[in-house]
Amino acid sequence: MSRSKGGLLERLAQLPPKSLRAFATDTRVPGIGLGLVLVLFPLLDPNKSHVNVAADAGTFILLALGLNIVVGFAGLLDLGYAAFFAIGSYAYAMLASGQFNIHIPFWFLLLTSAFTAAFFGVLLGAPTLRLRGDYLAIVTLGFGEIVPRVFKNASTFTGGVNGIVGLDQPSFPHVLGFPGYKFGFNPVPYYFLILAILLLSVVLISNLRDSRLGRAWMAIREDEVAAASNGINTVTTKLLAFAMGAAFSGFAGTYAASKLFIVSPDDFGFVVSVSILVMIVLGGMGNLRGVIVGAVLIFFIQRYLLIQLPGWIAALTANIPFLASVDVAGYVQRSNYLIFGLILVFTMLLRPQGLIPSAQRKIELELGTTEEAVADLRGSA
Amino acid sequence: MTVVSTAVLELEGIDVFYGRVQALRGVSLHVDQGEIVTLIGANGAGKTTTLRAISGLTPAAAGRVLLRGEEITRVPAETIVARGVGHAPEGRRIFSRMTVLENLDLGAFIRKDGARRQDMDRVFTLFPRLKERQRQVAGTLSGGEQQMLAIGRALMSRPKVLLLDEPSLGLAPILVETIFQVIREVNAEGTTVLLIEQNALKALSVAHRGYVLETGRIVKEGTARQLLDSPDVQKAYLGV
Repeated sequence: MSRSKGGLLERLAQLPPKSLRAFATDTRVPGIGLGLVLVLFPLLDPNKSHVNVAADAGTFILLALGLNIVVGFAGLLDLGYAAFFAIGSYAYAMLASGQFNIHIPFWFLLLTSAFTAAFFGVLLGAPTLRLRGDYLAIVTLGFGEIVPRVFKNASTFTGGVNGIVGLDQPSFPHVLGFPGYKFGFNPVPYYFLILAILLLSVVLISNLRDSRLGRAWMAIREDEVAAASNGINTVTTKLLAFAMGAAFSGFAGTYAASKLFIVSPDDFGFVVSVSILVMIVLGGMGNLRGVIVGAVLIFFIQRYLLIQLPGWIAALTANIPFLASVDVAGYVQRSNYLIFGLILVFTMLLRPQGLIPSAQRKIELELGTTEEAVADLRGSA
Repeated sequence: MTVVSTAVLELEGIDVFYGRVQALRGVSLHVDQGEIVTLIGANGAGKTTTLRAISGLTPAAAGRVLLRGEEITRVPAETIVARGVGHAPEGRRIFSRMTVLENLDLGAFIRKDGARRQDMDRVFTLFPRLKERQRQVAGTLSGGEQQMLAIGRALMSRPKVLLLDEPSLGLAPILVETIFQVIREVNAEGTTVLLIEQNALKALSVAHRGYVLETGRIVKEGTARQLLDSPDVQKAYLGV
């Protein structure tokens, strides 16, 4: 009897740690935990402005995921990605506002904006197919400058410098006995909307990455000539990268424009393109988790840290006699881009492969660069 | 009466330009079913360009390339692969940041049938070394292993004609031996081979026939024996 009791006790003693360990090492657990936090946070946090910032961060996560297809997967350096964001935003603004008195429902435009942006993606992609690396970057840079300029100057259609104000806000119609619901200026429904869009996008993009097309992108990124000699159609593959990448910025544009209530040509400049690029490089090009972390981090630094920092400094220095007379907070405020730059420099020095690198990126750093594979483009006799 | 040609691959008067520089001047050659044909010549003679003209990487400005009688001169490179031309390009051009398996998998990109596994086993039989290193990142392989991978990857598309660009370049003599042994085996299994080599002696020892290319022109052709015995070839390429 005592033997069996001891056995039972032993088993009981073993049970909790074992299951705890299983719980702790199960990779799904952090995922579910994070999911719960993301869903519950706007309901628990009474501060609407936090929800608002989170909902805006979602726009940039979406943009970073889209650009990652072009730069991270296919290796095409795009410095004008904000142009597609602009196209997505303006497409919504023109088709869902008093501008032309056209009021197409938000949900319909959310879907079609992906196609509109993809169409422009192909339009940009087509003339750049023969270019690569630095040369491609310059053309995309030009495109990124042209598009907002066009929106600024075609004032009959776009409202010029003032942009378009008073966009339609999403709402659920009153059907089948369900009461209708208007999003209005409440950030909570926007937050849940972008959360759903992001979830869908991550599923779509990770499937794309593992698909035949995804493998073709990677092959082109590694070596275009080798890709072609393995039967990959480099023209369509590259065009599809531009199109798919742009499609996600179409979603982002529609969402952001409807949330912001206005579009303005100044919101899509070079700084926006570069910020999105920085998000994916710093996070870990090609790795979805890395890209998301990078986007959240950069957005948080730009939209929260750099804005709050002068206030914190002021509070800190107020009680220090000899600093109180000096406007330290003012200095900090004026040099916010310097601080931003320094953060970037140090992050890249400490983590040159990005915060969460893709397998390829890791290998690249271990092997050194693989330029010899890319060098011979014209071929030799 | 028409003569039925057994040529798998035919080039008729191919001209290729790089900008204004003419690299090939009226190159004509043919590779028959089941043959190993070699193209020998010095650096800059146009050997690589000839292969690139065939596989569509550098399309010919004039002349015709025929694959089993069908013209492929201006067909895009990816379609030519699908038609049965496998090209192990100059400098190997393996995907160095991908694993051996991923490289082989991309070699079968055009194939939609389910026989990949079978073909991979065939490559692993030809190159047991690749099987040992299948999960290794290709860039960390030795030069010889990378060459094996380049050939293996080209074989994954089940080519009718295999184009090999200097497979012995920079390899240790023992590995050169292995590579040439595999070329013989692949050929014995029915794949026609067009082989480019600077190592003329080695190439002519496995080939049935050969062509000599000088500054973009074919200057000599014959059976491997004839070329090996030719005083000109001996003097210029065999160091006799």
